[in-house]
Amino acid sequence: MSNQDFPLIFERSKEGRVSFNLPEIDVPEIDLEAELTETYVRQEAPELPEVSELDIIRHYTGLSNRNYGVDSGFYPLGSCTMKYNPKINEDVARLDGFSHIHPYQDPKTVQGALEMMFDLQEALKEITGMAGVSLQSAAGAHGEWTGLMMIRAFHEANGDFHRTKVIVPDSAHGTNPASATVAGFEAVTVKSNENGLVDLEDLRRVVGEDTAALMLTNPNTLGLFETEILEMAEIVHNAGGKLYYDGANLNAIMGYARPGDMGFDVVHLNLHKTFTGPHGGGGPGSGPVGVSAELEPYLPKPVIVKENDFYNFEYDRPQSIGRVKPYYGNFGINLRAYTYIRTMGGEGLKKVSEYAVLNANYMMRKLEKAYDLPYTQHCKHEFVLSGRRQKKLGVRTLDIAKRLLDFDYHPPTIYFPLNVEEALMIEPTETESKETLDGFIDTMLQIAEEAENNPEIVQEAPHHTIVKRMDETTAARKPILRYYKS
Amino acid sequence: MDFRYLPMTEQDKQEMLDTIGVNSTDELFSDIPEKVRLKQPLSLKQPKSEHDLKKELVQMANKNYNVKEYTSFLGAGVYDHFIPSVVDHVISRSEFYTAYTPYQPEISQGELQAIFEFQTMISELTGMPVANSSMYDGGTSLAEAVNLSAGHTRKKKVLVSKAIHPESQAVIETYGRGPNLEIIYIDHVNGRTDLEQLASELDEDTASVVIQYPNFFGQIEPLAEIREILDQQAKTMFIVSSNPLSLGYLTPPGKFGADIVVGDTQVFGIPAQFGGPHCGYFATTEKLMRKIPGRLVGQTTDENGIRGFVLTLQAREQHIRRDKATSNICSNQALNALASSVAMSSIGKHGLKKMAELNMQKARYAKQKFVEAGFEVISNSSFFNEFVVKLPVPVKAANDKLLEKGFIGGYDLATYYPELEGHMLVAVTEIRTKEEIDAFVKELGDIHE
Repeated sequence: MSNQDFPLIFERSKEGRVSFNLPEIDVPEIDLEAELTETYVRQEAPELPEVSELDIIRHYTGLSNRNYGVDSGFYPLGSCTMKYNPKINEDVARLDGFSHIHPYQDPKTVQGALEMMFDLQEALKEITGMAGVSLQSAAGAHGEWTGLMMIRAFHEANGDFHRTKVIVPDSAHGTNPASATVAGFEAVTVKSNENGLVDLEDLRRVVGEDTAALMLTNPNTLGLFETEILEMAEIVHNAGGKLYYDGANLNAIMGYARPGDMGFDVVHLNLHKTFTGPHGGGGPGSGPVGVSAELEPYLPKPVIVKENDFYNFEYDRPQSIGRVKPYYGNFGINLRAYTYIRTMGGEGLKKVSEYAVLNANYMMRKLEKAYDLPYTQHCKHEFVLSGRRQKKLGVRTLDIAKRLLDFDYHPPTIYFPLNVEEALMIEPTETESKETLDGFIDTMLQIAEEAENNPEIVQEAPHHTIVKRMDETTAARKPILRYYKS
Repeated sequence: MDFRYLPMTEQDKQEMLDTIGVNSTDELFSDIPEKVRLKQPLSLKQPKSEHDLKKELVQMANKNYNVKEYTSFLGAGVYDHFIPSVVDHVISRSEFYTAYTPYQPEISQGELQAIFEFQTMISELTGMPVANSSMYDGGTSLAEAVNLSAGHTRKKKVLVSKAIHPESQAVIETYGRGPNLEIIYIDHVNGRTDLEQLASELDEDTASVVIQYPNFFGQIEPLAEIREILDQQAKTMFIVSSNPLSLGYLTPPGKFGADIVVGDTQVFGIPAQFGGPHCGYFATTEKLMRKIPGRLVGQTTDENGIRGFVLTLQAREQHIRRDKATSNICSNQALNALASSVAMSSIGKHGLKKMAELNMQKARYAKQKFVEAGFEVISNSSFFNEFVVKLPVPVKAANDKLLEKGFIGGYDLATYYPELEGHMLVAVTEIRTKEEIDAFVKELGDIHE
């Protein structure tokens, strides 16, 4: 550790310090070692820190100051929907009646919790236009896999064991093909056309009797609405396949269109994106799954039902794919999403999408002068620029991202989607004001100008962060994944 | 109605529409085909003001019987432990909770370092050299471990103890359907895995053996003996699911040659919250480091030689490897891993052993009380903080009576084990007092009579 390094909690440790007063033992003590075979009694204590309570607070406050969240500033990370995380959500999630209830309590003692879950299921059904919803999946990727497992169960129930392929656009999130593999399918790619949309000819070519499903997000990862969605649905359905909706981009269309009405059979939602569950530095999230009536019997069990004003778990679902997670999903995140939906209502959610799309189009039109815009039609909630013009000047998209750090912005998503060279994927969200957007636009224009006139300042960025660019190569070649006491 | 999360004014809107060159926002949605456009408003409950909504949700919360007002002896995988105040203060710092996955290390050193510290703590507890940044929960972490073992050994057969958490069994079954695993259950005898059956089922086609330590019934499985059985099949992997609090007292699975150790850190600083979110951990050997699912944080230096941390070994992951990734997992449970790190730091090196001992002492006192009250207790001395009591009535009936007296009773084992009708799994943590234990046993005794 050099004197410029921020100490690890272990390096603050000093033998004999404590920050936790356990309750005194109030039962007659017995000799525990006599109870167990010596083999099972731990001989060396794990090296946890020995610190005072103030040490802990200073340490983690210091770490928080070395981190950047939506509350710190603008976070236009494409595809991640980094909108404001309302504070009432956090307060509600901390109520004892929600946070300190056990999943195995008798349903009659958790009617409030079950009511919330039932209501949320109903709300998500309405928002997506699906017939049934399960709240069990823990995150988006988990929801994708859950949905694919249901599609698999559906095909197998029809004696259809040869549908082994899942079609994924070349612009799709990496989780789509990965989820397909985990669910036991083979991922097949369908190409995009010159407009950034799925190439229908190529879709017709790859679709067939072995097609289990097509996974799609609409609007797609370029932020473009797949205008030929009904034709695509027809092509896939005629071949006997199912249509899967990746809800990562639902923030663009709430109140305007619903996956269920577009012909999708399965939908997952990222409640931590569109519905303001915070991202938490990487999680926990929540990824509920909605299905058409045809696929409803396959939902993970239990589902929440309401009978004569009593809320309960329904386990008797013989065609269910079973459990995808212990207990009933990430209740705490679902509760935050519920609080948000109740704050906004149908009217508010439609405005969310209206303004998310307006913000994105405004930024796109302001920035297309200085950066290449490969697809020029109106975008939805996000858009993708290409840094290829700057690359010719020796400034890569990575450099642009790092330069943004000097201006206290979180950079956009970079190098994704894969079908755009030097991609910069920008998603402003609806919670940002015009002033914030204008500030970011000015900075992006300034960086474009720097790339032409003073490229070093961009190439060598960031200049003002607490650490500079990291040696990621060594990190991967000689991994140090934990601390050892020297 | 005005919405407090939406800063758009009419003037902003007009200026922006002018810039774009359209007359209305509707034009921006004109690419949605007429046929699929939603014609009617979303039929949801009317929006509510902050005050009114909070009032309604407080009332909803108050309909639930919570374990702070009722005295709980319910565990079965989710436990009521003391949570130091520092935990919530740290995780309420919005630089942590409103951040995304730390893709930009220059402005994410706080999260990255916190995860690096979490990995270290899990590695210490489990006795395994490598731990990842966390998984959704203990159950899915275990299922990922099983799938990894099948992929690594190129074998399909997995031996799963019936004494692991029944919902983890269910999750393993669902996850196992992807790679078409053959799952064979090993029965429990007197609350422990049947080692004879295990030995007889183990063969060269076995990818892995899955044991919980302490197991679902609270019993400490004899990992040393299981290791010996496993030694007959060198390639078969040893997967252990473990309550990390118990490892403050118990020899860690790493000492018994486990290949993968998983579990849930809910016991450290995470409230039950009706079953989630909790926080899975995943620890393994250096040999399997490049096959581990999920995010990993590694230490490195910046251009000036200052120590820092980055997401590393990402070539395993879905955003790089797509359909060839080791798992589809994209998120982790960073905020809950942070909560557990703070709790573990607070409990500390010596506190952890004391806390584990307190659980064991109080559970043994409770067990003794049940024996004295004439109950049959199905548990030998080798248990952690849970044991099984046989009741003369169905557990649900007993729990109904207990509820009237202010108790949330133990887990009804008949839920998943029909052969255990009338058997209650009782959990006793460090925060249960002697008076509470005495009163609980007395109330159950009254039902007994």
